[in-house]
Amino acid sequence: MGTQRKGAIVGYAEWPTVRRYDGPRRFMLEQWMDLAAEALADAGLALEDVDGLVCGTLREANMFVPATVVEYLGQPVKFAEFVDLGGATGTGMLWRAAAAIELGLCDVVLCALPGLPIPSNPDPRDRPPPEARWLGSTSNAWGSPQAEFEVPFGNVAQNAGYAMIAAHYEARFGSCERARAQITTQQRASAALNPLAAFYEKPVTIDEVLASPMIAEPLRLLEIVMPCAGGAAVVLASPEKAKRSPHRPVQITGYGESLTIKTPTFAEDLAVTPVAAAAATAFARAGTTPAAMDLLALYDCYTITVLLTLEDAGFCPKGTGAAFLAERDLAFDGDFPVNTHGGQLGVGQPGLAGGLLQPIEAARQLMGRAGPRQVRDVNRALVTGTGGVMSEQVALILEGA
Amino acid sequence: MTETLLAPLAPKMTPTSAPFWAALEEGRVVLQQCDACEAWVFYPRPRCPRCLSAALAWKPVSGRATLTTWTHCPRPTAPPFTGLAPQTLAVVTLEEGVRMSTFLLETAGRTLELGMALAPRFVPTEDGTATLLAFAPA
Repeated sequence: MGTQRKGAIVGYAEWPTVRRYDGPRRFMLEQWMDLAAEALADAGLALEDVDGLVCGTLREANMFVPATVVEYLGQPVKFAEFVDLGGATGTGMLWRAAAAIELGLCDVVLCALPGLPIPSNPDPRDRPPPEARWLGSTSNAWGSPQAEFEVPFGNVAQNAGYAMIAAHYEARFGSCERARAQITTQQRASAALNPLAAFYEKPVTIDEVLASPMIAEPLRLLEIVMPCAGGAAVVLASPEKAKRSPHRPVQITGYGESLTIKTPTFAEDLAVTPVAAAAATAFARAGTTPAAMDLLALYDCYTITVLLTLEDAGFCPKGTGAAFLAERDLAFDGDFPVNTHGGQLGVGQPGLAGGLLQPIEAARQLMGRAGPRQVRDVNRALVTGTGGVMSEQVALILEGA
Repeated sequence: MTETLLAPLAPKMTPTSAPFWAALEEGRVVLQQCDACEAWVFYPRPRCPRCLSAALAWKPVSGRATLTTWTHCPRPTAPPFTGLAPQTLAVVTLEEGVRMSTFLLETAGRTLELGMALAPRFVPTEDGTATLLAFAPA
């Protein structure tokens, strides 16, 4: 099934993810240009080959983002998208790019998400309001249901929402505390081998995770991603253009997306996440199954996200994720490799770019470029992205050509 | 004591939701119900999110609910809530089946459980412009 003209990842750029960035500050448009240059060089392609572009939010433009980037890069395109899916933006960008290539709309698509700090603005009137720091993914604009029915109750940003999902899950299926700590510990062990990770050479033990401060019960500090600086970009190409890349093309053979709610208060079932529908669509489109995956790269804003994704994507039945994990080793050389770069729990979260680190790690592994953490005989990977508080999820099937 | 509790942030009310907030000022709970498909609707909207009928009517309800989930937060979830720490945030399901975000009061010495019965509590905001709907174990 499917079309013969699959879009493939042929190159990428990933900047080191750091907790405190002290390098030169650049506007996001300037970072876009740097990321484009690095990713195209990696892909063996030139700017003039690019005829498609997918963008996320920019600090420098509230509207007309793609045209702004096109003009800045100096390269006209035949296909442009603006994706606004929070943590699922990166994966959402990639399937849109792959679909555009499948449809024959374009041949080479550039996707970038800058995440370094921009220059501090000398004009105080131009700075974001102080509440922007604690609102996170919550809108406090007049007319937003969140401004009226969430913010006054303290249900702001992401921690409380994910905690309430985890608490509801535990009330129904029992404690998953140790399994969640295992996710952090095994991913941090992988990050300890990843020089691009904020927690490079900094593993933690399960006891250290369980002893870290309680933030919102049942979630502890080391189960929550650390905000960082970084940036990432991916180049996708048609089969003809992919021949120019020095790397094994990594085709996006399946993709699915599901949006259900903005705030989990309104989720039909708080224990079931949108990746259930997204992964089912992606596996069907690729004509494959969870059991056929050699590698998983799962969006991990919180430990509970990984556990619920494993269940909802079909790796184990609902309510059994903790028992499933207890018998598995998520390391690159384990029996069930998950987030071999460390995930965002190990790498850090460079803003929206965090959602590109999962697909980049899967592509790196499928290309055979993962160095000391290379998984052997890896040909198929499931990649997920999660936006908001389990609001929207994307699943991708990546296959080495 | 909880009787003197004031909520630090007021809701940004809209014309559509005004009857909901006006009722809370009087210690009553009202919800919209769809005349066409009988669905209960929360948060307030101009049309039913199940059938898109505009025939929504405000109905008085008991305010009784059950606990769907909760999180005890030793640290404030945002700077304005520093004085309220520790907060216990919750999602509750009203008798009519609608869910809402809220916080719990009077939980000292109580074991919180999925599905436990809750009764409404009416909590004014610091600026005196609104009353929030909180809950306590029934």
